[in-house]
Amino acid sequence: MSATTPLTTAASAMPPSAQPRTERSMARRERWRLLRRRPGFIAGSVVLLFWVVCAVGGERVSPHGPLQTGFPSSQAPSGSHLFGTDQLGRDVLSRVMAGARDVLLVSPFAALLSVIIGTLLGLIGGYIRGIADEVVSRVMEAVLAIPVILMGLLVFSTFGTSKTVKILTIAFLFTPIVFRTVRSVTLAEAELDYVTSARLRGEGPLYIMTREIVPNITGPIVVELTVRVGYAIFTLATLVFVVGGGRPEEPEWGNMVSQTYGLIQGGTWWPAIFPALAIASLVIAVNLIADSVESVYAS
Amino acid sequence: MTRYVLRRLALSIITLFLIILIVFLINNVFPSDIGRRLAGPFAPQVQVDEINEKLGTNDPLINQFGRLVKGVATFDYGDSYAQNRPVSDVIGQAFWRSMKLLVYALVLTIPLSVMAGIFAARRHGTVPDRAVVTLGVASSSIPEFVSSVILQAVIGVKLGWFHVVAKAPDGASILTQLSYLTLPALALVIVYFGYIARMTRAGVIAALDADYTRTATMKGLSTTQVLRRHVLRNGLQPTVSVVGVQIGYVMGSLVAIEKIFNYPGLGLTIFNAASKDPPVLVAGVLVVATVYMLATLASDLVLAWMNPRARLEVSR
Repeated sequence: MSATTPLTTAASAMPPSAQPRTERSMARRERWRLLRRRPGFIAGSVVLLFWVVCAVGGERVSPHGPLQTGFPSSQAPSGSHLFGTDQLGRDVLSRVMAGARDVLLVSPFAALLSVIIGTLLGLIGGYIRGIADEVVSRVMEAVLAIPVILMGLLVFSTFGTSKTVKILTIAFLFTPIVFRTVRSVTLAEAELDYVTSARLRGEGPLYIMTREIVPNITGPIVVELTVRVGYAIFTLATLVFVVGGGRPEEPEWGNMVSQTYGLIQGGTWWPAIFPALAIASLVIAVNLIADSVESVYAS
Repeated sequence: MTRYVLRRLALSIITLFLIILIVFLINNVFPSDIGRRLAGPFAPQVQVDEINEKLGTNDPLINQFGRLVKGVATFDYGDSYAQNRPVSDVIGQAFWRSMKLLVYALVLTIPLSVMAGIFAARRHGTVPDRAVVTLGVASSSIPEFVSSVILQAVIGVKLGWFHVVAKAPDGASILTQLSYLTLPALALVIVYFGYIARMTRAGVIAALDADYTRTATMKGLSTTQVLRRHVLRNGLQPTVSVVGVQIGYVMGSLVAIEKIFNYPGLGLTIFNAASKDPPVLVAGVLVVATVYMLATLASDLVLAWMNPRARLEVSR
């Protein structure tokens, strides 16, 4: 770079040229190729796909309706009822399959919402800094200090357990974590030359945050999103289990476990264990995917 | 060091104040009529008014908030609504039961997971290492209530090794109490093994790669000495901080675990209070948050003592 290069070269606010864009799309294709080669990603996707099919297909794919009663009650797993029947004579397999719908609807939305809000606040905290950062940081720290389940219990007991409340609660609980991640990467980015040069050519903070910094921190944001989906499933199931007391007919995994775990002592384990395993399988699947995404972005 | 401790303490107090504010907003400001919620939709208005009077929800908000702050400072949260005794009694008794469970679980978890972490780190990149990591990821990603019901069904009922309820009969010896507490403690072990083992592993790997470790080896120290004096002292720092943070988090897990094993600790108390005893619910949440603050404070202070550099980074 010669010393005579006028400042205006940097200042001629050129849109990102064609070259970096193809570079970016090449990087994206490369990441996708790496992702498909990871066994964890494949295994996770297969399990996730299974639950998505259950959620979308509903009664078209399950052997019986989730609410259908009239089978002999509390039957152990057998050929006619693979997962047995519960104390009210309902097919456990059909209920477990139907239970996928609620989780898969609420968790991704909640995670997405927390990532959007957390990213906005994190950008402000990490780029604008100052008093706004100080205030937001302290509030976020306070939210983090209250264990998620207790906070959820408090919120649910005040506002009820509708889907909207579930989504907003989980989003609220996860926002501070996203905020912390985004804030710290933004802090690092803000030191870099491209941000300085954008500032020198007179771009406003809004442009710099959204058009300059965000494209450079999509990696951490995407990773955060996939990780958050896993935690959202975890948290949602636990909250529903703990709060329980929902409508007994609702085929919701946490709810099913909550209504039937008392039967385990008497030897009737299947109505509680199968939904419990369903939760475990989905959380592990999403975590495997998140783990692969993370290591692909890290490499 | 004194200056660091003071600053850290001031930050904790600000955070605690904000926590009280958040809890206050959710519990006292947003709900329109607590008395109506507790009494049910068909109760006569007189009864609803009586409840609101008793809970003090008609007082000006600033007075209610003042009471809450005072409650946290003096551990005096007034009287329980559902039980006729002070909230501090209800919470205090439950708190010690939970502590027993928590300490038992930590005594099992920490040595096990730290050793697994060190074991994996020293075999970085090999099959045993992958096994520890995978086990850690899987165990910490399963919700505690899921592992609890599985433990209950398999170890408690099928194998019959331990009791499926956690509360020992009154007056039982400490050993009997522990045997009753084993299954819930194992549920906690499953959740926290993964976090602590992975944290230890990462920390130790970084320390093993560090220049000071190479120097220590080159200057002729024995492997044990290098490990103890150089690698572990540096490599276990993330572990200390994760244990501190997780202690607060464990208090949240306790709600599900105590519910399943019907153990009348803090978690079950808070759960039972959620629908019918707002003073106990609020006090329970605030006590847990305070414990969390103290645990992170303690772990930060231990870190500062272990590593002078950390003292400089207080205002991250």
